[in-house]
Amino acid sequence: MLNRTAENVARATPEPLARKVRGISDKGLAWLFISPTILLLLAINIFPLFWAIYLSFTNYRANRPNEVVKNLGFANYQRILGDQDIWIAMQTTAHFVFWTILLQTLIGFTLAWLIDRKFRGHAFWTTLILVPMMLSPAVVGNFWRFLYEPQIGLFSYVISFVSGIPPTDIQMLSNVSLAPWSIIIVDTWMWTPYVMLICLAGLRSIPEYIYEAAEVDRASNWRQFWSITLPMALPFIMLAVLFRGIENFKMFDMVNLLTGGGPGSTTEVASITLKRQAFESWRTGYSSAFAIILFVAVFGLANIYVKALNKVKQR
Amino acid sequence: MSLTTAHSVVAPSANSKRIAGAIIIAYALISIVPLLWIFATSFKTPPDSIAYPPKVVFQPSIEGYCNLFTTRTRQTPEYINSLGPATGFCDETVRKRNMVIAGPSNFLPRFVNSLVIAFGSTFCAVFLGTLSAYGFSRFKVPLADDLLFFILSTRFMPPIAVAIPIYLMYRELGLSDTALGMILLYTAVNVSLAVWLLKGFIDEIPREYEEAAMIDGYTRLQAFWRTVLPQATTGIAATAIFCLIFAWNEYAFAALLTSGTAQTAPPFIPTIIGEGGQDWPAVAAGTTIFLVPILVFTILLRKQLLRGITFGAVRK
Repeated sequence: MLNRTAENVARATPEPLARKVRGISDKGLAWLFISPTILLLLAINIFPLFWAIYLSFTNYRANRPNEVVKNLGFANYQRILGDQDIWIAMQTTAHFVFWTILLQTLIGFTLAWLIDRKFRGHAFWTTLILVPMMLSPAVVGNFWRFLYEPQIGLFSYVISFVSGIPPTDIQMLSNVSLAPWSIIIVDTWMWTPYVMLICLAGLRSIPEYIYEAAEVDRASNWRQFWSITLPMALPFIMLAVLFRGIENFKMFDMVNLLTGGGPGSTTEVASITLKRQAFESWRTGYSSAFAIILFVAVFGLANIYVKALNKVKQR
Repeated sequence: MSLTTAHSVVAPSANSKRIAGAIIIAYALISIVPLLWIFATSFKTPPDSIAYPPKVVFQPSIEGYCNLFTTRTRQTPEYINSLGPATGFCDETVRKRNMVIAGPSNFLPRFVNSLVIAFGSTFCAVFLGTLSAYGFSRFKVPLADDLLFFILSTRFMPPIAVAIPIYLMYRELGLSDTALGMILLYTAVNVSLAVWLLKGFIDEIPREYEEAAMIDGYTRLQAFWRTVLPQATTGIAATAIFCLIFAWNEYAFAALLTSGTAQTAPPFIPTIIGEGGQDWPAVAAGTTIFLVPILVFTILLRKQLLRGITFGAVRK
């Protein structure tokens, strides 16, 4: 049958065109297929990156395009590394990344471990749990502002109902010590399913005969968990941590809508600082330098982490 | 394996299954509460939405949806009485609050922008991604690993860092606040996902099919078109949905690079305000309409979800 279709196709293709198409070598075709993507990325990602590198050495301001641009050398970089506010922003980011990853990994792994018991209806409940991570962090984050509203917000009401604290005192978004936790809670709510899903894949990749062998050797459940389950799921857990780490280091949308970096600058993570410098103070050169530093930081950390991940996988 | 499970010594006991099930169901129900609350709030009247204690039982109303699609102005009761009978439910509801409908709101055009930009960029990203993925999967491309890593690395950049030069570039090119500019940008962001996912899917299609087709006289291009593409449709569809979800949900670029004609729904919805602050029922209505397509897609995608969120790194 395939032969007949081939003949039909061969007949249907006009001879000059067919010759022309046949004339493309595999190598030519490979480049023909790949180059549009590369060109697009060069135009939309790489060219702007080089532009940003150039700008980072200048005092350019996007809101004054006609001003003479001065070359500052490394002055912007020096100023950033000595800027107290930037270091505070980096600390805020680190706090956010650390706690979100810790909570998401703990809860996500526990959920995956429970789902792996394969109780009746687990597929349905798993899908339901996955819903929050598919939604827009901006649109949903915005709605959490309503849930956090003191008194009328559902979250504050439930917390005050459980704890007995007067509902007007639960100022999740405007209290300096609670605001960092308000963004951690929403991020954990959204992204725990993500970690869970990857952990679940890890748990399911462990072949059953290993547990059977352990059972024959009379290893306790506790021992099985620490010597089989956890080490074998570790590459998956680390992969989840890698993805979440990169994403949360870049975190912008949810925080911008929920707190906008406030109160004051208590939730001002790196991306928010960058936005304030670039699009509110219009210090384009300065913020470009900060953007480059952030990019190098993410890239470097991710590289180190991937190396560690590969080591774990090889074990 | 299925033979051993019946008498397996390692199968979880019925009791542990029951406890696990109870905890998972409790977590699922609690985690879904904020979404149910969005849905419920969209059917509340503004006074009901800000009642204390929060109202779980309430008289449903579509005022939120009316407010979402219209702009209103406050008028004197005399003026409203002189208008004649109300023309519809929304008109009637609004008049009860001493207001009249002044015109349509910006929600619909913003929603249409979201559709145009999401579908446009998804089409481009999947088109480019399929070609590249096939190229990487079937041919010996020099420096293939480096190129693939380069394609992925564009995802490491914080969106705000990318937005600064893009903002300047688009200003020079006249692409700021245009759908075309946003489609190009989202295509560039999504193409990395598309290449990585689709390469995985195409790698799984045995080469023998094409080779057989080529022995039968197909050219390489024909073999790609007639044998590879039809078998990759599931993968292409899944990839397309992932791209669509990203473009649909994206906020950072949209907020910084669009302000009017090309603005999408995510930066618009938080700006919906009524008299005296945020109009929560209208925001909830907009959020509900915005989220429904994603819910449908999540259910369609559930089998491919793992692959999509890990760039094809984890396959079941």
